[in-house]
Amino acid sequence: MGLFDIFKKKKNFPEFWVDYLSHFKNKKDAAVPETRFIAFDTETTGFDMQEDRILSIGAVSFIGKKIDVNNTLELYLKQDVFKPETVEIHGLMRSDNVDKISEQEAIRAFLEYIKGDILIAHHAGFDKGMINEMLHRHGLGKLKNRFIDTGVLYKRSLHVIYQNNTKPYSLDYLCKELNVPMVDRHTATGDALITALVFLKILGRLDKKKHLNWGYLLNR
Amino acid sequence: MKNSIAERVNDFIKNYPPFNSIKPDNLLKISGQVSIIYLDKGDSLFKKGDSFHDHFYMTRNGAITLFHTSNNNTQEIINISDGGDVFGLRPLIAKENYKLTATANEESIVYAIPIDVFQSVTQDNAQVQKFLITAFATNTYDPYTAEETGKIFVDYLPNTSQDIVNFQTANFSKNPITCSLNSSLKDAAISMSKHRIGCIIVVNEENHPVGIITNSDIKNKIATGRFPIETQVTNIMNSPVITSKKDITVADGQLQMIKHSIGHLCITKDGTVNSKLIGVLTHHDVLVTLGNNPSVILKEIKRAKRTKTLRAARLKAETLIKSYLEQNIPLSHIIKLMAQINDAVSHRAVHIALKKMPSKPPVKFAWMALGSQGRKEQLLFTDQDNAIIFEDVPEDQYEETKNYFLDLAKLVNKSLNKIGFEYCEADMMARNPEWCKSLTEWKNQFDNWILNPDEKAILLSSIFFDFSTVYGDETLTSRLSDSIYATLNKTQLFFKFLGRDALKNPSPLGFFKQFLVEKNGDQKDLFNIKSRALMPLIDAARLLTLSNKIKGVNSTYERYEKLAELEPNNKELYESCSYAFKALSKFKTKQGLLHNNSGKFIEIGTLTKEEQLKLRRCFKPINEIQETLTLRFDLKNFV
Repeated sequence: MGLFDIFKKKKNFPEFWVDYLSHFKNKKDAAVPETRFIAFDTETTGFDMQEDRILSIGAVSFIGKKIDVNNTLELYLKQDVFKPETVEIHGLMRSDNVDKISEQEAIRAFLEYIKGDILIAHHAGFDKGMINEMLHRHGLGKLKNRFIDTGVLYKRSLHVIYQNNTKPYSLDYLCKELNVPMVDRHTATGDALITALVFLKILGRLDKKKHLNWGYLLNR
Repeated sequence: MKNSIAERVNDFIKNYPPFNSIKPDNLLKISGQVSIIYLDKGDSLFKKGDSFHDHFYMTRNGAITLFHTSNNNTQEIINISDGGDVFGLRPLIAKENYKLTATANEESIVYAIPIDVFQSVTQDNAQVQKFLITAFATNTYDPYTAEETGKIFVDYLPNTSQDIVNFQTANFSKNPITCSLNSSLKDAAISMSKHRIGCIIVVNEENHPVGIITNSDIKNKIATGRFPIETQVTNIMNSPVITSKKDITVADGQLQMIKHSIGHLCITKDGTVNSKLIGVLTHHDVLVTLGNNPSVILKEIKRAKRTKTLRAARLKAETLIKSYLEQNIPLSHIIKLMAQINDAVSHRAVHIALKKMPSKPPVKFAWMALGSQGRKEQLLFTDQDNAIIFEDVPEDQYEETKNYFLDLAKLVNKSLNKIGFEYCEADMMARNPEWCKSLTEWKNQFDNWILNPDEKAILLSSIFFDFSTVYGDETLTSRLSDSIYATLNKTQLFFKFLGRDALKNPSPLGFFKQFLVEKNGDQKDLFNIKSRALMPLIDAARLLTLSNKIKGVNSTYERYEKLAELEPNNKELYESCSYAFKALSKFKTKQGLLHNNSGKFIEIGTLTKEEQLKLRRCFKPINEIQETLTLRFDLKNFV
């Protein structure tokens, strides 16, 4: 696709994508406690960004330290490709008794939920890649949101002498270190909530060290 | 749409009251609207004086401390909410500002439950309402808030130490006086004055209550000339009447009266106006039933002429205590109450025994309570530990005087036993010649224990140093205290012995933070809450009280409160000790009531995880106070 095509295609973008992009115009940073964050997680059929597909997306949003249960996102996607071996990890069956939606609908719901706000994920690169790949399949651009990776943030919050490059800083490890209850681990929404709590706990620690500013959080 | 988080919230809250008595569909409605709040250690959820929130709260993880801040800015811990505990209930009951401050004791996650949603699904659920009222009373009650008047629920809060509402069934007047629909007001008034009553119920042919006429109706409608005296009762009666079933509780009855601002409730067969009238519950009846409370029992005790009456009164108190524990009335309150009752019983028992003696006591004396009664911490019936101290007499009168008091002691010990306080196995009772002594003898006895401490002396001192006067001349015991403190000034060794004794009970938790259970015997694998958790706190409090020369403060939690006052730098530790002591006593008493024993041994496996957590939390101050003792009295190498 050439540069020219992009400009041509822009006119045909669905309305929700245009709406989504509009959130990034003239966006200013509010203070951290007044900023809306979205912690999210995806469950996928595997780790190959091209081959594998998203099974479900879970997201929770919060401003300050309060997460509203009635404003969470939980999407289950219809699958063309079904890999039996992933059922074991995620417990998601093809015929599971939940309402499933198409990728197109999922993208729309996800974008409407996240708006232009800051996204938080654990090992964010993977989730970001999977979503972007999905957007690409539907002829849309990449996510524009700023990302915070809880794994990276946690590592950075440690004193340099305690940082360990060989340690994976998995979500399980962080839960143990930060004493976050592991409920519904390996479901998208469960992991999203855990990620949100992990993030809030790291923020609490940063606040004590007076590191709570955007430059630090976004590593600018 | 599926909401997994709401389901997980639901999975958690459904295990705890009040949510465990809400129907699943309704509960899910609540769970879906909950907010999850993360609190860092020291973050406050609300502060005293903050305007009320639209939510009340349940601790999910961690612990939230509820403080009362008094005018001079001192903080008093009212309660610590662990996982599954609700708090911040004030907005549910009254739309007024918070009276307490809720601060995270450690990193915590809290569920905020929206009040409008909660109320819309629970308003008809009596169980939920009852729980909330009790929980509210527990979380907020303290001597400061009790002084408020004119609040809706003031009747549900204990407003003096003797006036705690219970949920017993109301005692209404049966066979109420009635008149028919077509009788004249004059006839009705004549009937009222004949029966000396303040109200009359107007009934129809089937004896269903239709209306009510009270003294004030006659005053307002007849005496003012608005209606002639011969008018028909139907013209001036208040109709319809408010009715209720016969098993109405005092609290409910009172609530109905407040709600409808009336002074009389008609009790009917099925509780509606369309059934037979069987009685009337008046405001006066409510007051009388409320009168069936500790102050009435105390009066009964004070007027008792026979041991049998004392026993009955003490048993009544026992039942009352059980219901208070079930209702979660604060333990410090129950302890104070029971101390008062036990002291009154002993006092009266001595009084009755004196009447039986052939002559008046030859000299002044005092009856002392020792051990747990001396510390005023006796909740259920336990052994009696007591002693007599009498004024010094010339040597030639000593024998005679001592015999008089021994005879008296025999009578008192016997009647206390009859009342329900069993004889002490170690014979630490006033009837034992060893524990019936003159002031000088007692002084020498204590001096001996203090100056020549050995195993036996330390064992005895743990009982005898907690003496308090129950009957007789307090100057005697006070002079004894003075003498003890004077002797304590001469030596540090005694404190070391006491310190070692306080440390001899090993920590309740092992190296791997597991509960240390009994290794053998009948109680194998049971956890001894008394020796491992309560005794260390009691012993430490006694030692610190003695070394700080505090006089007249006997109960363990009050000792810690006093210590917190005297040593501001250790305030936090002492306050947590005071709290831990109360929490552990409650634990023990509740276990005791549950298994019908002293509650001393606990099967850890039967406790829920939350209960275990609560227990563990109480152990922290025990370790800390033991470390403090080790340092202060230099016990490290003192074996």
